[in-house]
Amino acid sequence: MRKKFIVGAFDDEKVLFPAVKNVRKAGYKIHDVYTPFPIHGLDHALGLRETSLHTMGFIYGITGTSIALGGMSWIFTTDWPLNIGGKPHFPLPAFIPITFELTVLLSAVGMVWTFCWLCKMMPGVKKHHFNLRSTDDLMVMVIECTSKTNETEVQSFLHNNGAFDINVQEAEDGWWFGRYDREQKLYKTEEVGY
Amino acid sequence: MSLLKYESQLREPLIDGDKDYHQVTEDIISPIESKPGRLWWIGFFVAIALLLFGVYSVYREVTYGIGQWNVNHTAGWGWAITNFVWWIGIGHAGTLISAILLLFRQGWRTGVNRAAEAMTIFAVICAGMFPVFHVGRVWVAFYMFPYPNSRGPLWPNFNSALLWDVFAVSTYFTVSLLFWYTGLLPDLATVRDRAKTKFRKFFYGLTAFGWTGSTKHWQRLESLALVLAGLATPLVLSVHTIVSMDFATSVIPGWHTTIFPPYFVAGAIFSGFAMVQSLLIISRKVMHLEDYITIGHIEAMNKIIVLTGSIVGFAYISELFIAWYSQNPNEWWAFRQSRVNIFSPYGWAYYGMMFCNVVSPQLFWSRKLRRNVTFTFFMAVLVNIGMWFERFVIIFTSIYRDYVPASWSTYYSPSIWEVGFYLGTFGLFFTLYLLFSKYFPVIAVAEIKAILKTSGENYKKKMTPMEKMDTEKFYIEEVEHVH
Repeated sequence: MRKKFIVGAFDDEKVLFPAVKNVRKAGYKIHDVYTPFPIHGLDHALGLRETSLHTMGFIYGITGTSIALGGMSWIFTTDWPLNIGGKPHFPLPAFIPITFELTVLLSAVGMVWTFCWLCKMMPGVKKHHFNLRSTDDLMVMVIECTSKTNETEVQSFLHNNGAFDINVQEAEDGWWFGRYDREQKLYKTEEVGY
Repeated sequence: MSLLKYESQLREPLIDGDKDYHQVTEDIISPIESKPGRLWWIGFFVAIALLLFGVYSVYREVTYGIGQWNVNHTAGWGWAITNFVWWIGIGHAGTLISAILLLFRQGWRTGVNRAAEAMTIFAVICAGMFPVFHVGRVWVAFYMFPYPNSRGPLWPNFNSALLWDVFAVSTYFTVSLLFWYTGLLPDLATVRDRAKTKFRKFFYGLTAFGWTGSTKHWQRLESLALVLAGLATPLVLSVHTIVSMDFATSVIPGWHTTIFPPYFVAGAIFSGFAMVQSLLIISRKVMHLEDYITIGHIEAMNKIIVLTGSIVGFAYISELFIAWYSQNPNEWWAFRQSRVNIFSPYGWAYYGMMFCNVVSPQLFWSRKLRRNVTFTFFMAVLVNIGMWFERFVIIFTSIYRDYVPASWSTYYSPSIWEVGFYLGTFGLFFTLYLLFSKYFPVIAVAEIKAILKTSGENYKKKMTPMEKMDTEKFYIEEVEHVH
């Protein structure tokens, strides 16, 4: 969806953290903070909840365990019981390596897939970048405007909190398929109803 | 973790020089944006030439059969399996650096993990070639995977260590690739966002998957990296354990030993670190990354080399002792006659292995030698040669004289195509590594930035007032107010 955002950049975590605190206290809605590297504690400062990605990893892992153990047991006891040097048809210790490998494989592949799904990432996905230096050296705070937002007020508020390079951008907040070497006009008309 | 950016000055800085975030990006990304130098092209052509020779060797093997190699009925596993174990062992250091050191919160891993992980992936690709082509009829190699087929369905034997290997190596490759690539996404986005040319915008736009650097995405990525590290840690131990079981679960004297799994894992990490050293010593020089891959990094890896080298040495000696102590005539004979006896046809390989892996790495107890780059490079090559001989000794000296003296195969020497295949994997490995170093950031840019303010040289200097501060005052001023 197309929305209006106020964008401010910070170059130091020490300035960013109090700013995040103040902006939230003032009641503005932080759309996101884009950072060039993981800043520990920023997610809590923004009030984001813990990710449940690891729970998904566990579920995928258990699935792998079940597929491997169930599959091998079914094959060796039911589908085609082979006599391999008189060994038992259900040799549990011999099943452990493959069971372990499949647990790890499914867990890892599943988690990465879920990660990409949740973050909406895949080859060919394009998103709006508020400040290209947010992957280089700046932490970019993006505040979402509502119909009641006073833009100039927010801008000066950001400025007082140590932000620079402050501007207002109208942008698509989701993702779309596109190429980064091409400029794209997602919307034909300019009028937006706020 | 908090905002607190303090690390004792007793610790050596991990990033030398006067850096800020932008400078880090500049230093690491700019080699990607410039044309490769003459050394790169020379390396690339040599690698391609080796690769082509390897392709031709494999072509001969596929067309005319395994007879193109000099392996025979007694010694069915010659160079190919030796090379397989060697390459897969090389890969283990990458996972150790990226996963185990992540769990142990070792800051120095950030300088070397990206290149080491790439090395892992390329080494596993090279390793996988050997068993695949050693099966002879490579076009039916997919029979190894259990899938419902029209032959019964006839399933593979899940009791077999060789099948465990199929699962272990393919899982290892997949997980390493995912781990490496997810870590690479933010850095590819960095390259994309500063790209000037159309090609770079397109290529890195595609490969960065639309990464933005959103806080939520970072949170998920960190969680993902932590869980993948937790999974990769037992995985890497399991892979070489299973590779060692290819031997240990057999009843061949010299192979049938319970010490194999830990011994193989230590050896794998040992050889892998040697390979990381040799690659990074060249990379840091050629790409001017001395500030990020410091002498401290090299020393840290040398410490691991001396540790694992000593474990390997301990394993050699206890293996030999147990061969005697078990009083199993066949086991003892395999050791006494085929290995320790320097006058036996392959006795020299045993002593070569002992020298390269056990004796020479002990020199790294000296701090001066650990911090000597040229010496480290020389030792790294020596260790890799030694570890190749270790696998050769284990595999070949155990089988070339079997229970029937009439079938002893003393005069095995590899054919040119057997050697060619090995050289070909070197070509493949270096081609991939050179392409990687040209098109991808060889150092994890984002991770370096994350430790810059604790471990950067210029930031550490600023910590002097903190160092002198009273504990109470330090807590109130530096810790409390940020929470």
